[in-house]
Amino acid sequence: MTTISTHTTILIRERTGGEKSSPPEGVSTGAKHRNANLGDAAFKIVTQIFAFLVFALVFVMAFEMYRGSEDSIKKFGWSFLTNTVWDPVKDEYGALVFIFGTMVSSLLALFLALPLSVGVAIFLSELAPRWLERPVSFVIELLAAIPSIVYGLWGIFVLVPWLRTSVEPALVKNLGFLPFFEGPPYGFGMLAAGIVLAIMVIPIITSISRDVLRAIPMAQREAALALGATRWETTKIVLSDGKSGLLGATLLGLGRAVGETMAVTMVIGNRPEISASLFAPGYTMASVIANEFAEATSELYTSSLIELALLLFVITVLLNGVARIIVWSTTKKFKTV
Amino acid sequence: MQEMVIEERRADVPLIISSNRTTERTMDVKVATKNVDAFFGKTQALHGISLDVPRNTVVAIIGPSGCGKSTFLRCLNRMHEVAGGTRTGTIMVDGDDIDHYDPVVLRRRVGMVFQKPNPFPTMSIFDNVAAGLRLNGMVKKNTLSETVERSLRQAALFDEVKDILDRSGVSLSGGQQQRLCIARALAVDPEVILMDEPASALDPIATAKIEELIQALKKNYTIIIVTHNMQQAARVSDETAFFYLGELIEFDETDRLFTSPQKKQTEDYITGRFG
Amino acid sequence: MRMPNSKRYYWRKSKNIVMTVLCLLSVLIAVIPLFLIFSYALSQGIGALNLDFFTKMPKPVGESGGGMANALVGTAILIGLGSLFGLPISIFTGIYLAEYGENPFAKTVRFLTDVLSGIPSIVVGVVAYIMVVLPMKQFSAFAGGVALGILMIPTATRTTEEMIRLVPHSFREAALALGIPRWRVTLRIVLPTALKGITTGILLAIARAAGETAPLLFTALGNRFWSTDIGHPIASLTVFIYDYAKAPFEDWNRQAWAAAFVLIFFIFIINLIFRFVTRGRYAGNGH
Repeated sequence: MTTISTHTTILIRERTGGEKSSPPEGVSTGAKHRNANLGDAAFKIVTQIFAFLVFALVFVMAFEMYRGSEDSIKKFGWSFLTNTVWDPVKDEYGALVFIFGTMVSSLLALFLALPLSVGVAIFLSELAPRWLERPVSFVIELLAAIPSIVYGLWGIFVLVPWLRTSVEPALVKNLGFLPFFEGPPYGFGMLAAGIVLAIMVIPIITSISRDVLRAIPMAQREAALALGATRWETTKIVLSDGKSGLLGATLLGLGRAVGETMAVTMVIGNRPEISASLFAPGYTMASVIANEFAEATSELYTSSLIELALLLFVITVLLNGVARIIVWSTTKKFKTV
Repeated sequence: MQEMVIEERRADVPLIISSNRTTERTMDVKVATKNVDAFFGKTQALHGISLDVPRNTVVAIIGPSGCGKSTFLRCLNRMHEVAGGTRTGTIMVDGDDIDHYDPVVLRRRVGMVFQKPNPFPTMSIFDNVAAGLRLNGMVKKNTLSETVERSLRQAALFDEVKDILDRSGVSLSGGQQQRLCIARALAVDPEVILMDEPASALDPIATAKIEELIQALKKNYTIIIVTHNMQQAARVSDETAFFYLGELIEFDETDRLFTSPQKKQTEDYITGRFG
Repeated sequence: MRMPNSKRYYWRKSKNIVMTVLCLLSVLIAVIPLFLIFSYALSQGIGALNLDFFTKMPKPVGESGGGMANALVGTAILIGLGSLFGLPISIFTGIYLAEYGENPFAKTVRFLTDVLSGIPSIVVGVVAYIMVVLPMKQFSAFAGGVALGILMIPTATRTTEEMIRLVPHSFREAALALGIPRWRVTLRIVLPTALKGITTGILLAIARAAGETAPLLFTALGNRFWSTDIGHPIASLTVFIYDYAKAPFEDWNRQAWAAAFVLIFFIFIINLIFRFVTRGRYAGNGH
C-alpha cells in the first residue's frame, strides 16, 4: 500500500512541476531534462559501485589468501603439491595426500552421479509429461537445498553402518580380488565419502543438464522422429547435440564435489593416507582445513592450511569458469540456430 | 508382427473419387484421409478433413495461417501427437490404416521436410544423409555411400558438396541445408514426402531450386506440400487443397482451382480479398 | 517392400524400452536419499524435539536433556549479520545487472557471481578468518556474519536480477512515457512489482546461509553458553549438529537430529514459498 501511495505522490509532483515550468506533458525543459539525466547517471553509478564490490571481492579473496599463505609458499614452493608428509610436530607440510583424497572422492562421486543425473535430466526434458516434470524437478531441487551437515549426519548414522555391515562385506566377498575392495570394512572411508558426494552433486548436474537439453530446439527432435527414429534414438541425437553442455554440467558437479566439506569430513575417516582401497579412510583438502584450522598452533601450520584453501579456490574458480563458459556457449548456440 | 509387414503396393485399383470435381477421373489413391479431426487440448484445429491424394502427384495445401494446413500435414506421419495433439478419423497410406503402425515404421514410409532446415549440427553432411539408414542397421560402407550419393543427387546437391562430405551440415547455406534435409528424407526411401513450407525460409534462387526439385521428385514419390505462397502452389502442384478455419473448403486440380474456384471463400482467398 | 527387417526393429524397440526404464530408475534412485533423510530426521528428531529444545540451554557434558536456545538465537544473529553485509550489495548489484547488464563490465560481474557461487564455503570461511578474526584477534559472530554475507551474494544477486527482468517491459514503457526518469521508474515501479520475487529469493539465500557449517568453524566458532555479543564467539545450530553428531552420547545424537529436523523444515518451507511465488512466472517466460 505504501509503495503505491508514494508512487502516486511522485507522479503528481512530476506533473505539477512540469506544468509550472514548461509546456504540457512529456516535453520537458532543458533544466528538467538535465536533472533527470543527472538522477539516472547517479543511480547508475551507485548500483555500479556495488557491482564493482562483487567484482573486487573475488580478487580480494584471492589476494588475501595469497598473502596468508606466503610463509608456506616461500618455505615449500612447488614441493608443497608433491610432498606426502603432513606433520605439525615437525612443522613440515605437504598437500599430496589431501589432493589425492579430494580427487578420488570427487571422481568416485562423479562416476556414481553422472549416469543417474543424465538419466534424470533425460527423463525431465524428453520423457516426462508436464504434470510429472514439475514435482520431480522440485524434489531434485530440495535435494540441493539440504545442508551439507545434514548429509553428514545421515552419513554417520545411516550410510556408514549400512556400508560396514552389508555393502562392504558383500563387495569383499564378490569383488575382493580387486585392489579397490581390499581391507577391513570400516564403513568410514572413501566409499562413504564418494556416495554422500554423489547424492550432493546429482541436483547440480541434473538441473544444468536438463537446461542444456531443453535449449536444443524441438526441430532437432522432430527431424529425428520424422526419419523414423525411436524416442531413445532421438534422445541420442539430442545428447550428442548437447554433449559439450553436459560436459560443462559435469565440471560444475566436480567443482561442487571438490569443495564440499562437512558431509565428507564426517564420513571419510580423516586419516592422511594414500590407499588404493575405497574402504580405507582418507582425507580431503576441505576436511583438513575444517578439522585443523581453528587449532593450528604455528604460523607455518596456519599458512599451509591457507595455501590449501587457496588451492581449492583456484581449482574451483577454474572449474566453474570453464564450465559456465561451456554451458553458456552451448545454450546460446542453439538459441540462435 | 502383423502391423509391421507391409504388403506390396496394392494393385492399381482405380477409384472414383471426389465429389466436388467437375469431371470425374479414375485414379490411384496413395494417401486417403477420412473425417480427420485434430485437437490441441480442447481446441479443435481440424474439422472432418476427407481428402485423397493420388499416387505420384504433387498436392499443395494452401490457406491463411492458422487454417490447420500444417496440422493436417503433421497428422499424416503422426508428428501431430509428438507436439501433444490428438486426432480422430482414419488416415490410410496404400489402404493401410496408419494407426495400425508403429509411428517409427510409418515415418520411414512417410518422410518429412520442415519449414526451417534442421540438419543435425553435430553430424557431417554424409552422416546427416546416412542418419536414417544407420538407424535401420545399414552399416556397410559401400551400400551406405552409394545410397548417400544417390540421395544427394536426387536432391540436386551432390555436385555442390561431393568434396566436402565430411564437413558439418550446418556449414552449408540455407538453401543447401534444406536440400540436405530433403536428401536425408529421401535416403530412407519413403513413398510419401511431406513438405511443410519448405522454401519459406529461403531466398528466391534457393526457392526456385527447391521447386524444380519437387517437380523432378514427383516421378518416384507422392508429395504433399504446405505453402502460404499461392504462386508456388500454382507452379509446383498438380492438385491444390484450400483450407480455411480448420476445414477443407475445396480440393481440385490446381489449374482449375486457381482459374475457376467453385467456392466463394476460395475465390476470395486466391484473389487476395483476405488472408 | 523396403521395411526394416523385423529382428532389427525389435532390437531397436527393446533398446528404447530398456533406456526409458533406466531413466525412470535413475529418477527413483536419485529421489530415494531425500526420502530416507527426511524420514530418518523425522523419526529421530521428533523424539528429541520438545519445548525444552527451543527454550533451554545445553546441559553440561554427560547430562541428558536441555536444549539449543542459544544456538537458535545465535543462528538468527548470524544470518541477520550476514544479511546486513550481503544483501545491500546483492540487491544493488542485481538491479545493476538487470538494468544496465549488457556492457562488458556487467557481463564480467555476472560471470564472477556465478563463479563465486561455486567457491567452497570453507574457503570463504578462511577468507573471513584472515580478514576479520586475525585483525580482531578474536573469533566472533561478526566474522561469521561476514562469511555468511559473502555466501549469500550469488543467490541473492542472481534472483534479484531475474525477478527484475521478469517485470513486463510494458510497465516500464508506460512509466517512461509519462516522462518519469528511468531511475525513479526502477525504484518506484519496477522494484515494487518485483518485490515479492526478490524477497523470496533473499529468503532462499538466507536459508542456504542458515545451513552453512564449514565457514563458521573458525569464525563464529561456537559457544555452549548464552551470548548475543557479536564481538565474541557465538553458538549456531549447524555447529551444534556437528559437535553433537561426533559425541558418544545418545541423547546428544538425538538432539543433533532434532536440530537437523528444524533446519530442514525451515529450508523446505522457504523453498516451497519460493516455488509458490515464482510459480507460473518462469513458465510464462516460454511463450
